[in-house]
Amino acid sequence: MAGYLIRRLATAIIVVIGITLVTFLMLHIVAPEPALTILGPKATPAAIRAFNHAYGYDRPWYEQFITYLNHLLHGNLGDSPKDNQTVVSLFKEKAPLSAFLSGVSLLVAIVVAIPLGIYQAVKRNSVGDVTATTVAFIFYSMPVFMVALILIQIFALSLGWVDPNVSQDQTLGGALSSWPELVLPIVALATTTVAAYSRYQRSASLDVLAQDYIKVARAKGLPDRLIYTRHLIRNASLPMITLIGLSLPALIAGNVLIENAFNIDGLGLLFVKSLQNDDYNVLLGYTLLTAVLTVIGNLIADVALTLSDPRIRLV
Amino acid sequence: MTTAIDPPVPAPPGSPGADGGEAQGANLTGWRLTVREFLKNRLAVAGVGILVFFILFAFLGPLVYHTNQEATNLLNTDAAPGNGGGPLGSDSNGFDVLGRLMLGGRTSLEIGFLAAILATVIGTLWGAVAGLLGGLIDAVMMRVVDVLLSIPFLLVVLIVAHRYGSNTWNLSIILGIFSWLVPARLIRGEVLTLRVRDFVSAARVMGGSRSRLIFRHLIPNAMGTVIVNITFQIADAILALAALGFLNFGVHYPSTDWGSQISDAQDALSNGYWWEVFPVGVCLVLVVMAFNLIGDGLRDAVDVRLRKR
Repeated sequence: MAGYLIRRLATAIIVVIGITLVTFLMLHIVAPEPALTILGPKATPAAIRAFNHAYGYDRPWYEQFITYLNHLLHGNLGDSPKDNQTVVSLFKEKAPLSAFLSGVSLLVAIVVAIPLGIYQAVKRNSVGDVTATTVAFIFYSMPVFMVALILIQIFALSLGWVDPNVSQDQTLGGALSSWPELVLPIVALATTTVAAYSRYQRSASLDVLAQDYIKVARAKGLPDRLIYTRHLIRNASLPMITLIGLSLPALIAGNVLIENAFNIDGLGLLFVKSLQNDDYNVLLGYTLLTAVLTVIGNLIADVALTLSDPRIRLV
Repeated sequence: MTTAIDPPVPAPPGSPGADGGEAQGANLTGWRLTVREFLKNRLAVAGVGILVFFILFAFLGPLVYHTNQEATNLLNTDAAPGNGGGPLGSDSNGFDVLGRLMLGGRTSLEIGFLAAILATVIGTLWGAVAGLLGGLIDAVMMRVVDVLLSIPFLLVVLIVAHRYGSNTWNLSIILGIFSWLVPARLIRGEVLTLRVRDFVSAARVMGGSRSRLIFRHLIPNAMGTVIVNITFQIADAILALAALGFLNFGVHYPSTDWGSQISDAQDALSNGYWWEVFPVGVCLVLVVMAFNLIGDGLRDAVDVRLRKR
């Protein structure tokens, strides 16, 4: 186990270094003159040269990369000239709200999807199963912002239950004080996630139901309720661990889209604004942050799976 | 059953000749069996129907239903359906919504197809080479895939599209170049099981070069997986394009795509101009659903184990 952990960790570190290099190079190629974004389009060549020299942009890319890595190791992601703040402080300001949105919607999705998928498998081909499968299939094919617009139309405009405008308070506490406005974004995010998860949960449960140990449990006269709670849920939920680990990029993408659809002042909105402002340090920082989170998510999922499934004992 | 009765006409797609030999049944080739199996799946056939409808709608529709999608008509903005506007009304620039749906649909379908084909070609080659060579090269090639897969797709595509994407070709290339990773993994897995099979060993012993092994033996036999993957890839590319468009990084004027249309009309919703948002949304969802249905159907049809004998 320890050996497996160490090897898994070593691969993760290599992947993280690779991610940093790829992201840095990509932005290096894509970024136009950083001086032009900061000094404005009318900057004189001399001013641009002075700026490039001062910030080290005139050095070869690998030297810039090593400087960036060095700063990174000291927890410095550079500055955001547009917001006149360091990227780290910007992230600290906006992250709680985004994390709250993603976390709660993921939790809601898991709590809904696992029982739903199991119900569908147990009542296979019943009216409930067919309905759930159809609805899940439609939402699976629907972009998250479309779900958001439908929810806005129904619950905010037609029924008038909630205000379509989300509170512009940047802090998590401020946003929570008017929590009804966060319900629609969370429901929108959770819906698309449930659509994806319940499909997997259903097929995983079907696989488990066909196993011999379920037949044994039935044969020895265990009531259905105990078969489902003792044998089915635990075995059928194992693939979900991997799936949740793998779905981090999708969650992040959903976050970017939902924050833009509802105008929520989180990291996703910051990313799109920085894109429009050519604020490359923020773009680089956010891409790196999310990529590293993805690696960590996969790592945790792998370890959690080996811990919870005794059949997977990798040497 | 009708498909089984008219054997001589259609040449089976791909190159099933001598290589697909094992898959040949008594009378039917592997591909024809797949088609027969696919046609039995009513949902998948419905998917093909929806898709054909939208292809006709987007590519032939403008020839029948003429609208001006280049000059704005500011005297007739936000007109309700049938009320001065066309059958689906007009949008905030006075463009006819039905005509705009056709224009946006064309872009979305074109980009979806092009991006998926590009991604599949790169992914198939990458996966086949890695799987065949094995060892250190395989490990390095797959770590590259791991690294790229860890970077959230939407962010990368947004960053690159912001700078280089503005028309169909550029966006297709950008979406294609960043979405070959999943096909690469799939094909590598397929090749790993294929390369130890007897017919590949036979080809190797007969002195077949590596490229011959890849192009004549491995890829044709992994074709089922490749084709199934293409359909899902198209659905994903159309969704990704819609996301780009929604965030205002889609194709630029005078062209449009479905995501950009939704984005343009977002504010119209609170004014009650539902026709600017929901028809586009329905088209988008139907097309993506059609590809997912076709993909599911193809996957079941290609997988011999699921076939009823």
